[in-house]
Amino acid sequence: MTPIFFLINLTQLELQIIEKLLTTMRINNNLARLKTYLLRHKRDLIWGVVFSIGTNLFALLIPYVLRYTIDGLQTVINKETLLLYALLIACISIMGGFFRYLMTRRIMGVAFQVEYELRNDLFSHLQKLSLSYFHKIKTGDIMARATNDLKAVRMLLGPGIRNLLNTIIMGTAAIALMLTIDYKLTLYSLIPLPVLTITVTIFSSRIFHRFKKVQEQFSSMSAGVQENLSGIRVVKAHAQEENEKRKFRQLNQEYMNKNMSLVKIWGPFFPFIMLIFGIGMVIVLWLGGRLVITERISLGQLVQFNGYLMMLTWPMMALGWVINLVQRGSASMGRLLEILEQVPQIKDSEQTQDISVLEGEIEFKNVSFAYDEKVILKNINLKIPKGITIGITGPIGSGKSTLVNLIPRLLELRQGSLTIDGMEIKTIPLKVLRKNIGYVPQETFLFSESLKENIIYGLEDFDEAKLRRAVSISALDDEIERFSQRYETPVGERGVTLSGGQKQRTAISRAIIREPKILILDDAFSSVDVHTEEKILKQLGKFRKRRTCILVAHRISTIHDADLILVLKDGEIVEQGTHKELVAKRGIYTNMYRQQRLREELEKIA
Amino acid sequence: MDQYQAEEEIVGKAYDARLMRRLLKYLVPYKLYVIISIILLLLISALQLVGPYLTKIAIDRYIVTQNISGLSRIALIFLAVLIITFFLRYLQIYIMQFVGQKVMFDMRMKLFSHLQEMSLSFFDKNPVGRLITRLTNDVEVLNEMLTSGVIAIFGDIFSLVGIVIVMLWLDFRLALVSFAVLPLLIYATILFRQKVRKSYRAIRTRIARINAFLQESIVGMAIIQIFNREKKNFGKFKELNYHYLEACLQSIFYHAIFHPLVEIIGSVAIALIVWYGGGQILKGALTFGALVAFIQYVERFYHPIRDLSEKYTIMQSAMASSERIFKLLDTQAEVKDPELPLSISKIQGKIEFKDVWFAYNDKEDVLCDISFCVQPGEKVAIVGATGAGKTSIISLLARFYDPQKGKILIDGRDIRDFRQKELRRYLGIVQQDVFLFSGTIEDNIKLGENKISFRQVEESAKYVNADRFIEELPQGYQEDVRERGSLLSVGQKQLLSFARALVFDPKILILDEATSSVDTETEILIQDALAKLLQHRTSIVIAHRLSTIKGVDRIIVMHGGRIRESGTHQELMRKKEIYYRLYQMQYQF
Repeated sequence: MTPIFFLINLTQLELQIIEKLLTTMRINNNLARLKTYLLRHKRDLIWGVVFSIGTNLFALLIPYVLRYTIDGLQTVINKETLLLYALLIACISIMGGFFRYLMTRRIMGVAFQVEYELRNDLFSHLQKLSLSYFHKIKTGDIMARATNDLKAVRMLLGPGIRNLLNTIIMGTAAIALMLTIDYKLTLYSLIPLPVLTITVTIFSSRIFHRFKKVQEQFSSMSAGVQENLSGIRVVKAHAQEENEKRKFRQLNQEYMNKNMSLVKIWGPFFPFIMLIFGIGMVIVLWLGGRLVITERISLGQLVQFNGYLMMLTWPMMALGWVINLVQRGSASMGRLLEILEQVPQIKDSEQTQDISVLEGEIEFKNVSFAYDEKVILKNINLKIPKGITIGITGPIGSGKSTLVNLIPRLLELRQGSLTIDGMEIKTIPLKVLRKNIGYVPQETFLFSESLKENIIYGLEDFDEAKLRRAVSISALDDEIERFSQRYETPVGERGVTLSGGQKQRTAISRAIIREPKILILDDAFSSVDVHTEEKILKQLGKFRKRRTCILVAHRISTIHDADLILVLKDGEIVEQGTHKELVAKRGIYTNMYRQQRLREELEKIA
Repeated sequence: MDQYQAEEEIVGKAYDARLMRRLLKYLVPYKLYVIISIILLLLISALQLVGPYLTKIAIDRYIVTQNISGLSRIALIFLAVLIITFFLRYLQIYIMQFVGQKVMFDMRMKLFSHLQEMSLSFFDKNPVGRLITRLTNDVEVLNEMLTSGVIAIFGDIFSLVGIVIVMLWLDFRLALVSFAVLPLLIYATILFRQKVRKSYRAIRTRIARINAFLQESIVGMAIIQIFNREKKNFGKFKELNYHYLEACLQSIFYHAIFHPLVEIIGSVAIALIVWYGGGQILKGALTFGALVAFIQYVERFYHPIRDLSEKYTIMQSAMASSERIFKLLDTQAEVKDPELPLSISKIQGKIEFKDVWFAYNDKEDVLCDISFCVQPGEKVAIVGATGAGKTSIISLLARFYDPQKGKILIDGRDIRDFRQKELRRYLGIVQQDVFLFSGTIEDNIKLGENKISFRQVEESAKYVNADRFIEELPQGYQEDVRERGSLLSVGQKQLLSFARALVFDPKILILDEATSSVDTETEILIQDALAKLLQHRTSIVIAHRLSTIKGVDRIIVMHGGRIRESGTHQELMRKKEIYYRLYQMQYQF
């Protein structure tokens, strides 16, 4: 066997093992996507490789100098040469260190860059997804992916790639240099290596298996705690605390057992690697020592050889860690891809026409809507002429919000047709559509910014007069004057606590400041008292004239002035007409009206 | 959420003596193991020193003198040392992991038990997700500190001290020369630690900002989309993300400098050994073997120092985690058991509220001046509009909360004189939303109370008309609820909760009737079951069903946190006030 042949064989074996590990974990697919990100930083990566080669070559030079020192000391060497050798070692290590610095910055830099790009892509992709996606997936879940999983990917790219490069370059170069000293010695000292790689392969699949068990038990333990805490009222009501502790003790114990079973095989892993390399050292000392005695090699060469073997220890040990990083990183990449590969349902298409102005005439034709087989809207037919105000009411869960969410395409229409100004809603550019809609959602959401920023949220250019007008219509002006920071008052999590009514009126200002053609108020007065509601509706009067306005409400007072009132029940329009007509009908609306009057009377009593 | 973020992002010291002392207390039960582990660590460190020394002997005594058999003997000793080290290491890791796992087990148990004792007001304030994080992730971080942080640092210190001693012993002067670079190393390390701490803090605060922004954007996605703000919003996110990237790149700069620096300093030490040691060899004052051994020792010396930054991070996050854990353990339950609890084996079932005032978390009063009395065996319904304070009355009676003013008595005794668990054993409580635990139907009826036999479970199910649907399930009482949970109808769940209350045979029954409507057939079953359930018991029912209201002895009408009317259905209807209106509102249509 020629030395060269042996060299190729070994590195191929290593590669094969790595590849095998990669494929068995079914991670190739996830990594392929990462490649496109990495390719953008091809130049940095190439430089990283170059610097890595530099680092390792310089590191390999030091044992070389040591060899000449020791051999020189045995024969003739003067103090000056000795000093020269010492300076040489210092210089080489400074050069090596410099290259290591460059390499770390390049490769870790790429890792952080890719993390940055991935995070940006993730965010902009999330913004494209429709509301139904966010109903399905929990916020905590997305957050977990955007933090933990992204971090795991970065670890794969940073330390992962760096160590892999080091292992390959250092491994190849060190072995090549060892071969120049004595190929038999190299052969024998590396005998433990295949043993190592084989054990690593066997071990890692078992470790992976047991690790999975640990993770599974971790999940069930967490689920157990989750259930207990969610049901704590029941636990306490029935004085079941002790039994719950007993149940948890079992889960806890099982988790500990699973962990210990992992420790049993994970524990000897590193000591074993150390043992294997120690054996390599013993072989070098024993066989190499004999070679020195028989004068086949010099003492200096033995020291040099020994130095290389020691240098191999760390990269080989790091290999196990790298494999771990690759596994975790690619699993995490898979979880990120689950978001990134989610196709946005609501977007512009080829059918989109080139329009920029909308009038606000809305028509529903045979519209039905279902969420996971649960029917929400049934065969809705409705024509809303431009400029009129329409009121929608009905019990909770009757489909009111769903109906209005279809108009700005927050939810996608699947059955029937929905047109604005006679155009299919899908053919209107999304931007134009939404620009013409002012929307106040059922649950008020304000951002952690100033009051002003929240109100002018949808405005392209700031306009003081518009701001004043919107705030005045929403009857918020007096209260803003009373805040010490006035328009700059911070709201949201970090800011002052606005009352529910103040929040709703801020949201109303935010919607009307855009002067939209279509105004949708989805139960936007629920936290506003009846008196203020009346005031706002009155002030909205003039504003409403040239606009189509849709008021969703539980309170009759919100909608009784509307041009047309719809009553929804179980997803169907069951009654429609003006307030007067509906009251005379003695149906659901009449009941609601009477109940409301009773409630008002009750409030007066209290 | 903001406070939550703040708490999650604590970036503290890597070492806090007060926290450490508390953490070490958890090791006390396993001190024998810890001592063994430390002894093993000492042995391992000592054995690690043997290698270079054996190399020295091999070179000086055998290779230079050409003694092959001696060389083989040394190689054999070397091998033996390696094998022993392997076993000692394995043993040490195993023992330490065992201790770590045990400590985590204890800590989780303690946290869980502590949570069981907390009052409901605590759970109103703390989201479940956060509590789970304490119990799982935070505890896990501590384990990492125990097994790879503290112990590894111990091991490193032993090794360093050992190497210093051996080097000094081998050649005093050469040792001092090779340590000449040590001050430089110490200085570099201190400087690095300071810089890294700073940039670490910047990274943490910036990622916290990104996550807060992301979270807000996800929650407010509908607004973002409808107001066409995607572009602007993305711009903001990108900016935050970029700030974070900058902080990260800054931190790699320090890492990229520190690691090579340690290596260079190490190599300078080797250069010094070559220069000074070589000179000594020329003078005949030093052997070749000693020179080689020195070089090997120096290489080992600088290795642990390189991993320092990693261990620093582990310690830092462990301290933050332990601070959070201890904060949770230090939170006292608001509702406390008395020091000398009363114990009554059998109660009569008389309930009395005396001038009770109550507010949740010191906000507005929910209950004002509530006084009423329920005689043993009497059935009372509480009615009122939503927000009138009905459910709060039940919560106070079960001592989920304590009132700010006034007293609640059972059989003339203040309920605060009983232990909470004992008090709740007297009460059968049926809550509005039925919560099912994972497990079988049987488990969900007897709730883990092993004293209850299967026959009792069956009987109570039968009594409240739950037997029919249970027996129709493929596995009957052994059907897994978690899997079938979604298949059980609301009405079936209610019947199940009746059986759950009945199986404990309480003297007092408290029932918060569910408002959700069920199909007529189940409705009849429920009404029938309810009537049976209330028989021969002191009962307080928050009623929504007309049939329930008509079946009770007395009706208490609540409005705005006060008792406004009280009497039988006929009496109250004749009054034509609040009850009359409520009745019209809910039942006329």
